[in-house]
Amino acid sequence: MAMTTASVSKRHPSPSAGATAKRRRPQRGPRREGLAGYIFLSPWLLGLMGITAAPMLISLYLSFTDYGVLTGIGEAEWVGLDNYKRMLTEDPAYWHSVIVTIKFALISVPLKLSAALAVAMLLNRDRIGIGLYRGLFYLPSLLGGSVGLAIVWVNIFNREGAFNAVLDIFGLPTRPWINEPGTALWTLIVLAIWQFGSPMVIFLAGLKQIPGELYEAASVDGAGKMRKFFHVTIPMLSPVIFFNLVMEIIKAFEGFTGAFVVSGGTGGPVDSTLMYTLYLYIKAFTDFEMGYASAMAWIFLVTLGIITVLLFNSGKFWVHYSDEGDG
Amino acid sequence: MMATQSMTAPRRTPAVPKPPSLLERLGPKARAIAWSVLVIGILLIVLYPLAWMFGSSFKAQSEIVNNFSMFPTEFTPGNYPEGWNHLDVSFGRFFINSTFLALACVVGNALSCLITAYAFARLKFPLRGMWFSIMIGTLLLPHHVLIIPQFILFKTFGWVGEPFPYTPLIVPHLLACDAFFVFLMVQFMRGIPQDLDQAAKIDGCSAFGVFRYVILPLSKPALITTAIFSFIWTWNDFFRQLVYLSQLDNQTVPVALRLFIDSTGQSTIGPMFAMAFVSLLPILMFFVAFQRLLVEGINTSGLKG
Repeated sequence: MAMTTASVSKRHPSPSAGATAKRRRPQRGPRREGLAGYIFLSPWLLGLMGITAAPMLISLYLSFTDYGVLTGIGEAEWVGLDNYKRMLTEDPAYWHSVIVTIKFALISVPLKLSAALAVAMLLNRDRIGIGLYRGLFYLPSLLGGSVGLAIVWVNIFNREGAFNAVLDIFGLPTRPWINEPGTALWTLIVLAIWQFGSPMVIFLAGLKQIPGELYEAASVDGAGKMRKFFHVTIPMLSPVIFFNLVMEIIKAFEGFTGAFVVSGGTGGPVDSTLMYTLYLYIKAFTDFEMGYASAMAWIFLVTLGIITVLLFNSGKFWVHYSDEGDG
Repeated sequence: MMATQSMTAPRRTPAVPKPPSLLERLGPKARAIAWSVLVIGILLIVLYPLAWMFGSSFKAQSEIVNNFSMFPTEFTPGNYPEGWNHLDVSFGRFFINSTFLALACVVGNALSCLITAYAFARLKFPLRGMWFSIMIGTLLLPHHVLIIPQFILFKTFGWVGEPFPYTPLIVPHLLACDAFFVFLMVQFMRGIPQDLDQAAKIDGCSAFGVFRYVILPLSKPALITTAIFSFIWTWNDFFRQLVYLSQLDNQTVPVALRLFIDSTGQSTIGPMFAMAFVSLLPILMFFVAFQRLLVEGINTSGLKG
């Protein structure tokens, strides 16, 4: 603040000097602005260098070492590619975690986005109280990532949980959803889909941008509801679908809390909920194999990077940017 | 596609008119009712777990697990005091810790992201484009990749554990590491008319003056959105807090809640539900107070991606 007032008062010329100050500004403006720019940017730059870039390089180094956390980094023992070799060829739990994560993402993301789009289309009209409906559908997205809610989830799908009680009424077979390797991951998938509110809100905003004339024109051409959906709604919405797809895939790969709570921090039963991030946590902070976990983190980063690049490239083929759209 | 086709196709020659569907044969009033029934029906299913959670927190131990009704047969408010004092440290302590941490992150995010966004949105400086791309890149960077080396780094600084274990959780927010909020604010500031900056500059304001007298007061909506989301996300964050907070009396709500699971015999399930619900209360309160803002806030940031 002190700086601000100082610079303002310094540059506040006396009334008569106003004209000269105005003339001088273009000359010294850019450079002063450049300096000011870096001053404003400095906290972020410090953060970028200090707690993003430097740690990434450190972890790259550590991924080639055998390192527990008790000693200094200097005492990490260089082992070359051993961590990577062990991970890819000798650690079945690692591959379990990869498969669990891919399965989780491949199933949960399309279902979540479909639910989001369906409800968004349902809510895309003017009705009394529509804002409240939207808000209420969004609420699970605010709560779903919390430990408190994951605890409830466990108890819904437990051997004697509420879900089985409902199934029982209809005479359907019950099973211990959380405790069976075949179904445990599905409880997490349902938890993810339950949070469809946040992509839904973004879909809603996208739907609002589609000009009504397009639908009218399609009607004139005799297009039915289905054709309007596939030939107007989907192409016009494709930038928003793309955005949601990227964000949800990343979110799916990062899922941790649910898996931790459902499995009591183990990834069980039989590694069936061992999400990649959970295994990373176990390796780093339970087994204290920081070098190994760093290697895992780097593979994770590179994989996510490749997926993102592939998605962006695929976007050229199916994402349709209209001139008057939001771009 | 459709639009261009319709331009060339002869107009006013609709294909064979379809027979009206069941829904179309209903009057507008009936359709409105059908719509309401459908939407409210879906809402009830979606929100039922929350209602069940709330109701179950008043149930007796034996009843919670297998009663899918949200209404307790035997009203047991004792779950709350029991849960509050179940661990060696009172739950109030975890609440204070969580609130403190969340507020610190709110202030840090609001300040640091605002000045970063101002630089990106309004100032011209060398390499701005490059830094901006990097900032967008960090938006996609998974936190989990950084947590191990950050932990090691902060440990070397002596920040992990006593005397003040929250440092590693707060510092990233002081340094605008939440690219999401920087991006949100840049988007917001681009909507503030440039003329105002020009006018202030003509009046003799420097870059700092423009920030202080133009951008800061006008960015209030973006600041409020940032504050609310920072609070909620910090409140819910489990991964980092689990890593950094190991002493019981330093722990936050989510980390402490985990201890209930660890100690679950059937005996603690009622108190656990009570505390799980208490842990969601601040978010529910935010939701009630700022419902519209929350939905719109996620929009402004989301759409322009």
